[in-house]
Amino acid sequence: MNQILSFITTNQQIIYIVVLMIFVGIEVIGRVPSVLHTPLMSGANAIHGVVIIGAIIVMGKAEGDNYLALILGFLAVVLGMINVMGGFVVTDRMLEMFKKK
Amino acid sequence: MSQQLLTICYLIGSVTFIIGLKMLSNPASARKGNMLAGVGMTIAILGTIFLYKDVETGEHLHNYGWIFGGLLIGGIVGTLSAKKVKMTAMPEMVSLFNGMGGACAALISIVEFNHLSKEMISNPNPMFIPHEQPTVLIIVLGLIIGSVSFAGSMIAWGKLNGKVKDFSFPGQNIVNLIVLAASLGLAVYLIMNPLQHLMLYVILALSLVYGVFFVFPIGGADMPVVISLLNSFTGVAAACGGFLYDNKVMLTGGILVGAAGTLLTILMCKAMNRSLKNVLIGSFGGAAKAAGGAAGEQGHYKEISLSDTAMIMSYSKKVMIVPGYGLAVAQAQHICHELEELLADKGVEVKYAIHPVAGRMPGHMNVLLAEADVSYDNLLEMEQANEEFGTTDVVLILGANDVVNPAAKSDPASPIYGMPILDVELAKNIVVNKRSMKPGYAGIENDLFFRPKTSMLFGDAKKVLQELCAEIKNA
Repeated sequence: MNQILSFITTNQQIIYIVVLMIFVGIEVIGRVPSVLHTPLMSGANAIHGVVIIGAIIVMGKAEGDNYLALILGFLAVVLGMINVMGGFVVTDRMLEMFKKK
Repeated sequence: MSQQLLTICYLIGSVTFIIGLKMLSNPASARKGNMLAGVGMTIAILGTIFLYKDVETGEHLHNYGWIFGGLLIGGIVGTLSAKKVKMTAMPEMVSLFNGMGGACAALISIVEFNHLSKEMISNPNPMFIPHEQPTVLIIVLGLIIGSVSFAGSMIAWGKLNGKVKDFSFPGQNIVNLIVLAASLGLAVYLIMNPLQHLMLYVILALSLVYGVFFVFPIGGADMPVVISLLNSFTGVAAACGGFLYDNKVMLTGGILVGAAGTLLTILMCKAMNRSLKNVLIGSFGGAAKAAGGAAGEQGHYKEISLSDTAMIMSYSKKVMIVPGYGLAVAQAQHICHELEELLADKGVEVKYAIHPVAGRMPGHMNVLLAEADVSYDNLLEMEQANEEFGTTDVVLILGANDVVNPAAKSDPASPIYGMPILDVELAKNIVVNKRSMKPGYAGIENDLFFRPKTSMLFGDAKKVLQELCAEIKNA
Protein backbone atom coordinates (compact mmCIF):
# COMPACT_ATOMS: atom_id res chain seq x y z
CA MET A 1 0.00 0.00 0.00
CA ASN A 2 2.77 2.39 1.01
CA GLN A 3 4.59 1.57 -2.19
CA ILE A 4 1.56 2.46 -4.27
CA LEU A 5 1.01 5.73 -2.45
CA SER A 6 4.63 6.76 -2.82
CA PHE A 7 4.51 5.76 -6.49
CA ILE A 8 1.58 8.09 -7.03
CA THR A 9 3.26 10.92 -5.14
CA THR A 10 6.55 10.67 -7.01
CA ASN A 11 4.82 10.40 -10.37
CA GLN A 12 2.01 12.84 -9.80
CA GLN A 13 3.08 15.06 -12.68
CA ILE A 14 2.78 12.18 -15.12
CA ILE A 15 -0.53 11.07 -13.67
CA TYR A 16 -1.91 14.60 -14.07
CA ILE A 17 -0.80 14.58 -17.71
CA VAL A 18 -2.49 11.23 -18.32
CA VAL A 19 -5.80 12.31 -16.82
CA LEU A 20 -5.84 15.67 -18.61
CA MET A 21 -4.82 14.11 -21.94
CA ILE A 22 -7.68 11.62 -21.74
CA PHE A 23 -10.11 14.54 -21.53
CA VAL A 24 -8.32 16.48 -24.26
CA GLY A 25 -8.35 13.45 -26.56
CA ILE A 26 -12.06 12.95 -26.11
CA GLU A 27 -12.89 16.65 -26.36
CA VAL A 28 -10.80 17.28 -29.45
CA ILE A 29 -12.52 14.77 -31.71
CA GLY A 30 -15.93 14.85 -30.06
CA ARG A 31 -17.73 16.40 -33.03
CA VAL A 32 -16.11 14.70 -35.97
CA PRO A 33 -18.44 14.03 -38.94
CA SER A 34 -18.56 10.36 -40.00
CA VAL A 35 -16.99 11.35 -43.34
CA LEU A 36 -13.74 11.97 -41.53
CA HIS A 37 -13.67 8.82 -39.41
CA THR A 38 -11.21 7.01 -41.65
CA PRO A 39 -8.73 9.89 -42.17
CA LEU A 40 -8.92 10.72 -38.48
CA MET A 41 -8.14 7.16 -37.50
CA SER A 42 -5.26 7.18 -39.94
CA GLY A 43 -3.97 10.50 -38.59
CA ALA A 44 -4.16 9.25 -35.01
CA ASN A 45 -2.32 6.16 -36.22
CA ALA A 46 0.51 8.36 -37.45
CA ILE A 47 0.62 10.28 -34.17
CA HIS A 48 1.11 7.18 -32.03
CA GLY A 49 4.15 6.60 -34.20
CA VAL A 50 5.74 8.88 -31.60
CA VAL A 51 6.75 5.58 -30.05
CA ILE A 52 9.72 5.82 -32.42
CA ILE A 53 11.33 8.23 -29.95
CA GLY A 54 11.60 5.32 -27.53
CA ALA A 55 13.13 3.23 -30.28
CA ILE A 56 15.70 5.93 -31.04
CA ILE A 57 16.64 6.14 -27.35
CA VAL A 58 17.01 2.36 -27.14
CA MET A 59 19.14 2.32 -30.27
CA GLY A 60 21.27 5.26 -29.21
CA LYS A 61 22.01 3.82 -25.77
CA ALA A 62 22.87 0.31 -26.93
CA GLU A 63 26.47 -0.69 -26.24
CA GLY A 64 28.48 -1.72 -29.28
CA ASP A 65 28.81 -5.34 -28.14
CA ASN A 66 25.18 -5.87 -27.15
CA TYR A 67 23.95 -7.39 -30.38
CA LEU A 68 20.46 -8.18 -29.09
CA ALA A 69 19.88 -4.52 -28.20
CA LEU A 70 21.42 -3.35 -31.45
CA ILE A 71 19.35 -5.63 -33.66
CA LEU A 72 16.04 -5.25 -31.81
CA GLY A 73 16.62 -1.51 -31.47
CA PHE A 74 17.33 -1.18 -35.16
CA LEU A 75 14.22 -3.18 -36.00
CA ALA A 76 12.20 -0.96 -33.68
CA VAL A 77 13.50 2.19 -35.39
CA VAL A 78 12.63 0.79 -38.83
CA LEU A 79 9.12 -0.32 -37.81
CA GLY A 80 8.45 2.90 -35.91
CA MET A 81 9.52 4.97 -38.89
CA ILE A 82 7.26 2.96 -41.22
CA ASN A 83 4.41 3.77 -38.84
CA VAL A 84 5.25 7.50 -38.80
CA MET A 85 6.00 8.10 -42.47
CA GLY A 86 3.42 5.69 -43.81
CA GLY A 87 0.81 7.05 -41.44
CA PHE A 88 1.26 10.70 -42.37
CA VAL A 89 1.60 10.07 -46.10
CA VAL A 90 -1.45 7.80 -46.31
CA THR A 91 -3.52 10.30 -44.32
CA ASP A 92 -2.39 13.08 -46.63
CA ARG A 93 -3.38 11.03 -49.67
CA MET A 94 -6.84 10.46 -48.24
CA LEU A 95 -7.31 14.12 -47.39
CA GLU A 96 -5.92 15.32 -50.69
CA MET A 97 -9.12 14.00 -52.20
CA PHE A 98 -11.32 16.13 -50.00
CA LYS A 99 -10.20 19.36 -51.62
CA LYS A 100 -13.05 21.60 -52.65
CA LYS A 101 -13.30 22.80 -56.18
CA MET B 1 21.26 24.05 -22.51
CA SER B 2 20.56 21.10 -24.78
CA GLN B 3 18.15 19.69 -22.20
CA GLN B 4 16.09 22.89 -22.19
CA LEU B 5 16.03 22.88 -25.97
CA LEU B 6 14.84 19.27 -26.00
CA THR B 7 12.09 20.12 -23.54
CA ILE B 8 10.92 22.84 -25.92
CA CYS B 9 11.04 20.43 -28.88
CA TYR B 10 8.84 18.01 -26.96
CA LEU B 11 6.49 20.79 -25.93
CA ILE B 12 6.10 21.84 -29.56
CA GLY B 13 5.52 18.19 -30.50
CA SER B 14 2.79 17.70 -27.90
CA VAL B 15 0.99 20.92 -28.82
CA THR B 16 1.07 20.17 -32.56
CA PHE B 17 -0.39 16.71 -31.88
CA ILE B 18 -3.33 18.19 -30.01
CA ILE B 19 -3.97 20.98 -32.53
CA GLY B 20 -3.36 18.59 -35.42
CA LEU B 21 -5.93 16.14 -34.13
CA LYS B 22 -8.38 18.98 -33.58
CA MET B 23 -7.89 20.17 -37.17
CA LEU B 24 -8.21 16.61 -38.46
CA SER B 25 -11.77 16.47 -37.23
CA ASN B 26 -12.90 19.27 -39.53
CA PRO B 27 -13.00 18.74 -43.32
CA ALA B 28 -11.71 22.22 -44.14
CA SER B 29 -8.60 22.06 -41.98
CA ALA B 30 -7.93 18.31 -41.91
CA ARG B 31 -5.05 18.25 -44.36
CA LYS B 32 -3.21 21.11 -42.66
CA GLY B 33 -3.76 19.40 -39.32
CA ASN B 34 -2.10 16.25 -40.57
CA MET B 35 0.87 18.25 -41.86
CA LEU B 36 1.13 20.19 -38.60
CA ALA B 37 1.30 16.96 -36.59
CA GLY B 38 3.91 15.70 -39.05
CA VAL B 39 6.06 18.80 -38.50
CA GLY B 40 5.75 18.37 -34.74
CA MET B 41 6.78 14.74 -35.06
CA THR B 42 9.85 15.70 -37.11
CA ILE B 43 10.91 18.27 -34.51
CA ALA B 44 10.49 15.74 -31.70
CA ILE B 45 12.46 13.06 -33.57
CA LEU B 46 15.34 15.36 -34.55
CA GLY B 47 15.44 16.81 -31.05
CA THR B 48 15.72 13.33 -29.57
CA ILE B 49 18.53 12.32 -31.90
CA PHE B 50 20.74 15.37 -31.33
CA LEU B 51 19.81 16.67 -27.88
CA TYR B 52 18.86 13.65 -25.77
CA LYS B 53 21.09 12.92 -22.78
CA ASP B 54 20.94 9.82 -20.63
CA VAL B 55 19.71 10.79 -17.14
CA GLU B 56 22.15 8.47 -15.37
CA THR B 57 25.32 8.86 -17.41
CA GLY B 58 24.74 12.29 -18.95
CA GLU B 59 25.90 10.94 -22.31
CA HIS B 60 24.47 11.84 -25.69
CA LEU B 61 23.11 9.07 -27.86
CA HIS B 62 25.50 7.18 -30.10
CA ASN B 63 25.11 4.59 -32.90
CA TYR B 64 24.08 7.40 -35.27
CA GLY B 65 24.76 5.16 -38.26
CA TRP B 66 22.23 2.63 -37.06
CA ILE B 67 19.67 5.31 -36.16
CA PHE B 68 19.84 7.13 -39.48
CA GLY B 69 20.00 3.84 -41.37
CA GLY B 70 16.82 2.68 -39.64
CA LEU B 71 15.07 6.00 -40.18
CA LEU B 72 16.02 5.96 -43.85
CA ILE B 73 14.86 2.40 -44.48
CA GLY B 74 11.65 2.85 -42.50
CA GLY B 75 10.99 6.21 -44.13
CA ILE B 76 11.42 4.87 -47.65
CA VAL B 77 9.39 1.72 -47.05
CA GLY B 78 6.62 3.68 -45.32
CA THR B 79 6.42 6.41 -47.95
CA LEU B 80 6.52 4.08 -50.91
CA SER B 81 3.89 1.70 -49.58
CA ALA B 82 1.66 4.63 -48.59
CA LYS B 83 2.04 6.20 -52.04
CA LYS B 84 1.52 3.01 -54.00
CA VAL B 85 -1.47 1.57 -52.17
CA LYS B 86 -4.78 1.74 -54.02
CA MET B 87 -7.55 3.79 -52.47
CA THR B 88 -9.58 0.62 -51.92
CA ALA B 89 -6.78 -0.91 -49.88
CA MET B 90 -6.37 2.09 -47.53
CA PRO B 91 -8.00 0.39 -44.54
CA GLU B 92 -5.64 -2.56 -44.55
CA MET B 93 -2.68 -0.23 -45.01
CA VAL B 94 -3.66 1.67 -41.86
CA SER B 95 -3.92 -1.65 -40.06
CA LEU B 96 -0.46 -2.66 -41.23
CA PHE B 97 1.10 0.64 -40.10
CA ASN B 98 -0.65 0.29 -36.77
CA GLY B 99 0.86 -3.17 -36.36
CA MET B 100 4.33 -1.74 -37.01
CA GLY B 101 3.83 0.78 -34.18
CA GLY B 102 2.68 -1.98 -31.83
CA ALA B 103 5.68 -4.13 -32.71
CA CYS B 104 7.97 -1.15 -32.14
CA ALA B 105 6.55 -0.69 -28.62
CA ALA B 106 6.95 -4.39 -27.85
CA LEU B 107 10.59 -4.41 -29.05
CA ILE B 108 11.41 -1.41 -26.87
CA SER B 109 10.01 -3.30 -23.87
CA ILE B 110 12.11 -6.38 -24.62
CA VAL B 111 15.37 -4.44 -24.89
CA GLU B 112 14.68 -2.33 -21.82
CA PHE B 113 13.76 -5.37 -19.77
CA ASN B 114 16.97 -7.14 -20.72
CA HIS B 115 18.91 -4.07 -19.76
CA LEU B 116 17.09 -3.77 -16.44
CA SER B 117 17.36 -7.44 -15.60
CA LYS B 118 21.16 -7.33 -16.04
CA GLU B 119 21.30 -4.41 -13.64
CA MET B 120 19.09 -6.21 -11.15
CA ILE B 121 21.36 -9.23 -11.16
CA SER B 122 24.55 -7.21 -10.74
CA ASN B 123 23.32 -4.56 -8.29
CA PRO B 124 24.05 -5.66 -4.70
CA ASN B 125 21.68 -3.14 -3.07
CA PRO B 126 18.70 -5.12 -1.68
CA MET B 127 16.45 -2.08 -2.16
CA PHE B 128 17.21 -1.91 -5.88
CA ILE B 129 14.71 -4.56 -7.01
CA PRO B 130 11.68 -3.25 -5.06
CA HIS B 131 12.56 0.22 -6.31
CA GLU B 132 12.50 -0.97 -9.93
CA GLN B 133 9.24 -2.91 -9.70
CA PRO B 134 7.06 -0.07 -11.07
CA THR B 135 9.42 0.11 -14.04
CA VAL B 136 8.94 -3.61 -14.64
CA LEU B 137 5.20 -3.04 -14.52
CA ILE B 138 5.40 -0.36 -17.22
CA ILE B 139 7.70 -2.46 -19.39
CA VAL B 140 5.46 -5.52 -19.20
CA LEU B 141 2.36 -3.44 -19.85
CA GLY B 142 3.98 -1.94 -22.96
CA LEU B 143 4.96 -5.42 -24.10
CA ILE B 144 1.48 -6.91 -23.69
CA ILE B 145 -0.43 -4.03 -25.28
CA GLY B 146 2.09 -3.59 -28.07
CA SER B 147 2.17 -7.25 -29.05
CA VAL B 148 -1.62 -7.68 -28.87
CA SER B 149 -1.91 -4.66 -31.14
CA PHE B 150 0.72 -6.05 -33.50
CA ALA B 151 -0.75 -9.54 -33.80
CA GLY B 152 -4.31 -8.25 -34.00
CA SER B 153 -3.44 -5.72 -36.69
CA MET B 154 -1.74 -8.36 -38.79
CA ILE B 155 -4.85 -10.55 -38.66
CA ALA B 156 -7.08 -7.56 -39.44
CA TRP B 157 -4.82 -6.74 -42.38
CA GLY B 158 -5.02 -10.33 -43.62
CA LYS B 159 -8.79 -10.36 -43.28
CA LEU B 160 -9.28 -7.14 -45.21
CA ASN B 161 -7.20 -8.28 -48.14
CA GLY B 162 -8.83 -11.69 -48.09
CA LYS B 163 -5.78 -13.72 -47.05
CA VAL B 164 -7.25 -14.72 -43.68
CA LYS B 165 -10.71 -16.22 -43.39
CA ASP B 166 -13.03 -15.83 -40.42
CA PHE B 167 -12.26 -18.54 -37.93
CA SER B 168 -13.97 -19.41 -34.69
CA PHE B 169 -14.58 -22.48 -32.59
CA PRO B 170 -17.07 -23.19 -29.84
CA GLY B 171 -16.07 -21.59 -26.57
CA GLN B 172 -13.54 -19.34 -28.21
CA ASN B 173 -14.48 -16.42 -25.99
CA ILE B 174 -13.63 -18.53 -22.95
CA VAL B 175 -10.32 -19.65 -24.43
CA ASN B 176 -9.52 -16.02 -25.24
CA LEU B 177 -10.27 -15.00 -21.68
CA ILE B 178 -8.05 -17.78 -20.35
CA VAL B 179 -5.15 -16.75 -22.60
CA LEU B 180 -5.55 -13.13 -21.54
CA ALA B 181 -5.83 -14.05 -17.86
CA ALA B 182 -2.75 -16.28 -18.13
CA SER B 183 -0.64 -13.54 -19.66
CA LEU B 184 -1.83 -10.98 -17.09
CA GLY B 185 -1.24 -13.48 -14.27
CA LEU B 186 2.28 -14.19 -15.47
CA ALA B 187 2.83 -10.45 -15.77
CA VAL B 188 1.94 -10.02 -12.09
CA TYR B 189 4.26 -12.93 -11.25
CA LEU B 190 7.09 -11.34 -13.19
CA ILE B 191 6.59 -8.00 -11.43
CA MET B 192 6.75 -9.79 -8.07
CA ASN B 193 9.79 -11.84 -9.13
CA PRO B 194 11.60 -9.68 -11.67
CA LEU B 195 14.62 -11.99 -11.75
CA GLN B 196 12.65 -14.66 -13.64
CA HIS B 197 13.51 -12.89 -16.84
CA LEU B 198 12.59 -15.73 -19.23
CA MET B 199 8.98 -15.28 -18.17
CA LEU B 200 8.95 -12.16 -20.35
CA TYR B 201 9.07 -14.30 -23.48
CA VAL B 202 6.23 -16.50 -22.28
CA ILE B 203 4.17 -13.35 -21.74
CA LEU B 204 5.15 -12.15 -25.21
CA ALA B 205 4.03 -15.43 -26.79
CA LEU B 206 0.73 -15.46 -24.90
CA SER B 207 0.01 -11.85 -25.85
CA LEU B 208 0.66 -12.58 -29.52
CA VAL B 209 -1.67 -15.59 -29.34
CA TYR B 210 -4.30 -13.45 -27.64
CA GLY B 211 -4.02 -10.79 -30.33
CA VAL B 212 -4.59 -13.40 -33.04
CA PHE B 213 -7.52 -15.08 -31.27
CA PHE B 214 -9.06 -11.75 -30.38
CA VAL B 215 -9.46 -10.67 -34.00
CA PHE B 216 -9.98 -14.08 -35.65
CA PRO B 217 -13.71 -14.56 -34.96
CA ILE B 218 -14.72 -10.97 -35.73
CA GLY B 219 -16.36 -10.57 -39.13
CA GLY B 220 -14.53 -8.72 -41.88
CA ALA B 221 -17.27 -6.07 -41.99
CA ASP B 222 -16.38 -5.07 -38.44
CA MET B 223 -12.65 -4.74 -39.13
CA PRO B 224 -12.70 -0.91 -39.18
CA VAL B 225 -13.95 -0.91 -35.60
CA VAL B 226 -11.27 -3.42 -34.61
CA ILE B 227 -8.51 -1.44 -36.33
CA SER B 228 -9.65 1.70 -34.58
CA LEU B 229 -9.58 -0.11 -31.25
CA LEU B 230 -6.12 -1.57 -31.89
CA ASN B 231 -5.06 1.91 -32.92
CA SER B 232 -5.91 3.20 -29.48
CA PHE B 233 -4.09 0.19 -27.94
CA THR B 234 -0.91 1.19 -29.74
CA GLY B 235 -1.42 4.71 -28.41
CA VAL B 236 -1.44 3.35 -24.85
CA ALA B 237 1.63 1.21 -25.61
CA ALA B 238 3.43 4.35 -26.79
CA ALA B 239 2.37 6.10 -23.59
CA CYS B 240 3.99 3.26 -21.59
CA GLY B 241 7.23 4.22 -23.33
CA GLY B 242 6.57 7.78 -22.19
CA PHE B 243 6.31 6.57 -18.59
CA LEU B 244 9.46 4.52 -18.95
CA TYR B 245 11.65 7.34 -20.22
CA ASP B 246 9.76 10.10 -18.43
CA ASN B 247 9.24 11.45 -21.93
CA LYS B 248 6.38 13.92 -22.15
CA VAL B 249 5.85 13.90 -25.90
CA MET B 250 5.49 10.10 -26.01
CA LEU B 251 3.17 10.28 -23.04
CA THR B 252 0.92 13.03 -24.40
CA GLY B 253 0.90 11.65 -27.96
CA GLY B 254 0.17 8.12 -26.77
CA ILE B 255 -2.58 8.99 -24.29
CA LEU B 256 -4.12 11.44 -26.76
CA VAL B 257 -4.42 8.72 -29.40
CA GLY B 258 -5.51 6.19 -26.79
CA ALA B 259 -8.40 8.40 -25.68
CA ALA B 260 -9.35 9.77 -29.09
CA GLY B 261 -9.08 6.29 -30.63
CA THR B 262 -11.37 4.80 -28.01
CA LEU B 263 -13.98 7.51 -28.59
CA LEU B 264 -13.65 7.09 -32.36
CA THR B 265 -14.21 3.35 -31.96
CA ILE B 266 -17.39 4.03 -30.02
CA LEU B 267 -18.54 6.58 -32.61
CA MET B 268 -18.02 4.02 -35.37
CA CYS B 269 -20.06 1.46 -33.47
CA LYS B 270 -22.79 4.06 -33.01
CA ALA B 271 -22.87 4.69 -36.76
CA MET B 272 -23.77 1.00 -37.13
CA ASN B 273 -26.12 1.18 -34.15
CA ARG B 274 -24.25 -1.53 -32.32
CA SER B 275 -22.35 -1.64 -29.08
CA LEU B 276 -18.65 -2.31 -28.90
CA LYS B 277 -19.32 -5.43 -26.85
CA ASN B 278 -21.63 -6.69 -29.56
CA VAL B 279 -18.95 -6.17 -32.20
CA LEU B 280 -16.21 -7.85 -30.17
CA ILE B 281 -18.00 -10.93 -28.90
CA GLY B 282 -21.16 -10.92 -31.00
CA SER B 283 -19.72 -13.59 -33.34
CA PHE B 284 -21.35 -12.00 -36.35
CA GLY B 285 -20.45 -14.93 -38.61
CA GLY B 286 -22.26 -17.66 -36.67
CA ALA B 287 -25.59 -15.88 -36.38
CA ALA B 288 -25.45 -14.86 -40.02
CA LYS B 289 -25.20 -18.43 -41.25
CA ALA B 290 -28.37 -19.40 -39.41
CA ALA B 291 -30.30 -16.47 -40.84
CA GLY B 292 -28.96 -17.15 -44.33
CA GLY B 293 -30.14 -20.74 -44.22
CA ALA B 294 -33.65 -19.81 -43.18
CA ALA B 295 -34.00 -17.35 -46.02
CA GLY B 296 -32.96 -19.85 -48.66
CA GLU B 297 -36.13 -19.85 -50.71
CA GLN B 298 -36.76 -16.32 -51.66
CA GLY B 299 -38.93 -16.36 -54.75
CA HIS B 300 -38.08 -14.48 -57.88
CA TYR B 301 -36.13 -11.44 -58.72
CA LYS B 302 -36.39 -9.62 -61.99
CA GLU B 303 -33.57 -8.49 -64.21
CA ILE B 304 -33.42 -5.29 -66.20
CA SER B 305 -31.46 -4.65 -69.39
CA LEU B 306 -28.86 -1.93 -69.80
CA SER B 307 -30.90 0.00 -72.34
CA ASP B 308 -33.97 -0.01 -70.11
CA THR B 309 -31.89 1.23 -67.21
CA ALA B 310 -30.40 3.97 -69.37
CA MET B 311 -33.93 4.88 -70.50
CA ILE B 312 -35.55 5.18 -67.10
CA MET B 313 -32.59 7.10 -65.74
CA SER B 314 -32.50 9.58 -68.63
CA TYR B 315 -36.17 10.38 -68.22
CA SER B 316 -36.19 10.74 -64.45
CA LYS B 317 -36.20 13.98 -62.55
CA LYS B 318 -34.06 12.74 -59.73
CA VAL B 319 -31.61 9.84 -59.52
CA MET B 320 -29.95 8.77 -56.30
CA ILE B 321 -26.80 6.66 -56.47
CA VAL B 322 -26.03 4.39 -53.52
CA PRO B 323 -22.37 3.38 -53.69
CA GLY B 324 -21.00 0.38 -51.83
CA TYR B 325 -17.95 -1.83 -51.71
CA GLY B 326 -18.73 -3.14 -55.22
CA LEU B 327 -17.99 0.32 -56.58
CA ALA B 328 -14.71 0.38 -54.68
CA VAL B 329 -13.42 -3.02 -55.83
CA ALA B 330 -14.36 -2.27 -59.42
CA GLN B 331 -12.59 1.12 -59.17
CA ALA B 332 -15.70 2.54 -60.78
CA GLN B 333 -15.73 5.94 -59.08
CA HIS B 334 -14.52 7.88 -62.15
CA ILE B 335 -16.98 6.34 -64.57
CA CYS B 336 -19.66 6.84 -61.96
CA HIS B 337 -18.89 10.55 -61.97
CA GLU B 338 -19.08 10.52 -65.78
CA LEU B 339 -22.54 8.97 -65.62
CA GLU B 340 -23.54 11.64 -63.14
CA GLU B 341 -22.42 14.38 -65.53
CA LEU B 342 -24.13 12.80 -68.53
CA LEU B 343 -27.39 12.64 -66.62
CA ALA B 344 -26.95 16.17 -65.28
CA ASP B 345 -26.58 17.38 -68.89
CA LYS B 346 -29.98 15.91 -69.58
CA GLY B 347 -31.40 17.88 -66.69
CA VAL B 348 -31.56 14.99 -64.26
CA GLU B 349 -30.76 15.81 -60.66
CA VAL B 350 -28.16 13.29 -59.47
CA LYS B 351 -27.18 12.83 -55.84
CA TYR B 352 -25.24 10.25 -53.89
CA ALA B 353 -26.61 8.66 -50.74
CA ILE B 354 -23.73 7.73 -48.46
CA HIS B 355 -24.32 5.32 -45.63
CA PRO B 356 -21.88 5.99 -42.80
CA VAL B 357 -20.43 2.48 -43.01
CA ALA B 358 -20.75 1.86 -46.75
CA GLY B 359 -17.64 0.15 -48.07
CA ARG B 360 -15.13 -1.21 -45.65
CA MET B 361 -14.57 1.86 -43.51
CA PRO B 362 -16.56 4.86 -42.38
CA GLY B 363 -16.02 7.61 -44.90
CA HIS B 364 -14.64 5.14 -47.45
CA MET B 365 -17.14 6.18 -50.13
CA ASN B 366 -16.61 9.89 -49.57
CA VAL B 367 -12.89 9.44 -50.09
CA LEU B 368 -13.39 7.41 -53.26
CA LEU B 369 -15.93 9.76 -54.81
CA ALA B 370 -13.91 12.80 -53.84
CA GLU B 371 -11.02 11.20 -55.74
CA ALA B 372 -13.23 11.16 -58.83
CA ASP B 373 -14.00 14.89 -58.41
CA VAL B 374 -17.59 14.37 -57.34
CA SER B 375 -18.71 17.63 -55.76
CA TYR B 376 -18.98 17.61 -52.01
CA ASP B 377 -22.50 19.08 -52.14
CA ASN B 378 -23.87 16.08 -54.05
CA LEU B 379 -22.94 13.66 -51.29
CA LEU B 380 -25.86 13.24 -48.93
CA GLU B 381 -25.47 11.75 -45.49
CA MET B 382 -27.91 9.06 -44.48
CA GLU B 383 -30.48 11.30 -42.74
CA GLN B 384 -30.63 13.78 -45.62
CA ALA B 385 -30.79 10.97 -48.17
CA ASN B 386 -33.63 9.24 -46.37
CA GLU B 387 -35.64 12.47 -46.56
CA GLU B 388 -35.09 12.69 -50.30
CA PHE B 389 -35.80 9.10 -51.34
CA GLY B 390 -39.52 9.87 -51.34
CA THR B 391 -39.10 12.26 -54.25
CA THR B 392 -36.57 10.11 -56.11
CA ASP B 393 -37.45 8.37 -59.37
CA VAL B 394 -34.58 5.92 -59.67
CA VAL B 395 -32.21 4.63 -57.04
CA LEU B 396 -29.10 3.02 -58.53
CA ILE B 397 -27.40 0.76 -56.01
CA LEU B 398 -23.79 0.05 -56.97
CA GLY B 399 -22.45 -2.93 -55.08
CA ALA B 400 -24.01 -1.99 -51.76
CA ASN B 401 -25.95 -4.64 -49.89
CA ASP B 402 -26.14 -4.68 -46.11
CA VAL B 403 -26.65 -0.91 -45.85
CA VAL B 404 -29.90 -1.18 -47.82
CA ASN B 405 -31.14 -4.45 -46.33
CA PRO B 406 -34.67 -3.98 -44.96
CA ALA B 407 -34.07 -6.87 -42.55
CA ALA B 408 -32.22 -4.36 -40.38
CA LYS B 409 -35.60 -2.80 -39.68
CA SER B 410 -38.02 -5.68 -39.84
CA ASP B 411 -36.29 -8.88 -38.76
CA PRO B 412 -35.21 -9.00 -35.10
CA ALA B 413 -33.40 -12.28 -35.79
CA SER B 414 -31.12 -10.68 -38.35
CA PRO B 415 -27.56 -10.01 -37.21
CA ILE B 416 -27.78 -6.48 -38.59
CA TYR B 417 -31.11 -5.79 -36.89
CA GLY B 418 -31.15 -2.25 -35.53
CA MET B 419 -28.54 -0.85 -37.89
CA PRO B 420 -29.91 2.31 -39.52
CA ILE B 421 -30.25 1.77 -43.27
CA LEU B 422 -30.91 3.79 -46.38
CA ASP B 423 -34.66 3.68 -47.05
CA VAL B 424 -34.32 3.12 -50.78
CA GLU B 425 -37.77 1.56 -50.93
CA LEU B 426 -39.35 4.99 -50.67
CA ALA B 427 -38.19 5.68 -54.23
CA LYS B 428 -40.23 4.78 -57.32
CA ASN B 429 -37.71 2.41 -58.93
CA ILE B 430 -34.73 0.59 -57.58
CA VAL B 431 -31.97 -0.75 -59.81
CA VAL B 432 -29.45 -2.95 -58.07
CA ASN B 433 -26.08 -3.55 -59.68
CA LYS B 434 -24.29 -6.58 -58.27
CA ARG B 435 -21.95 -9.14 -59.70
CA SER B 436 -24.20 -12.02 -58.67
CA MET B 437 -26.93 -12.91 -56.18
CA LYS B 438 -24.30 -13.72 -53.57
CA PRO B 439 -25.04 -12.17 -50.17
CA GLY B 440 -23.03 -9.18 -48.95
CA TYR B 441 -20.27 -8.95 -46.43
CA ALA B 442 -22.42 -9.75 -43.42
CA GLY B 443 -23.36 -12.97 -45.19
CA ILE B 444 -27.11 -12.47 -45.10
CA GLU B 445 -29.81 -12.57 -47.75
CA ASN B 446 -31.33 -9.30 -48.79
CA ASP B 447 -35.10 -9.17 -49.19
CA LEU B 448 -34.85 -5.96 -51.12
CA PHE B 449 -33.74 -7.80 -54.26
CA PHE B 450 -37.02 -9.71 -54.39
CA ARG B 451 -39.33 -6.74 -53.93
CA PRO B 452 -41.57 -5.73 -56.84
CA LYS B 453 -39.98 -2.28 -57.25
CA THR B 454 -36.50 -3.75 -57.53
CA SER B 455 -34.73 -4.79 -60.70
CA MET B 456 -31.34 -6.45 -60.86
CA LEU B 457 -28.58 -5.36 -63.24
CA PHE B 458 -25.81 -7.94 -63.00
CA GLY B 459 -22.18 -7.29 -63.82
CA ASP B 460 -19.00 -5.62 -62.68
CA ALA B 461 -19.80 -2.07 -61.58
CA LYS B 462 -17.22 -0.44 -63.83
CA LYS B 463 -18.23 -2.35 -66.96
CA VAL B 464 -21.93 -1.81 -66.34
CA LEU B 465 -21.44 1.92 -65.80
CA GLN B 466 -19.33 2.23 -68.97
CA GLU B 467 -22.07 0.55 -70.97
CA LEU B 468 -24.73 2.67 -69.29
CA CYS B 469 -22.81 5.81 -70.24
CA ALA B 470 -22.55 4.62 -73.84
CA GLU B 471 -26.30 3.91 -73.94
CA ILE B 472 -27.16 7.30 -72.52
CA LYS B 473 -24.87 9.09 -74.99
CA ASN B 474 -26.55 7.29 -77.89
CA ALA B 475 -30.07 7.82 -76.68
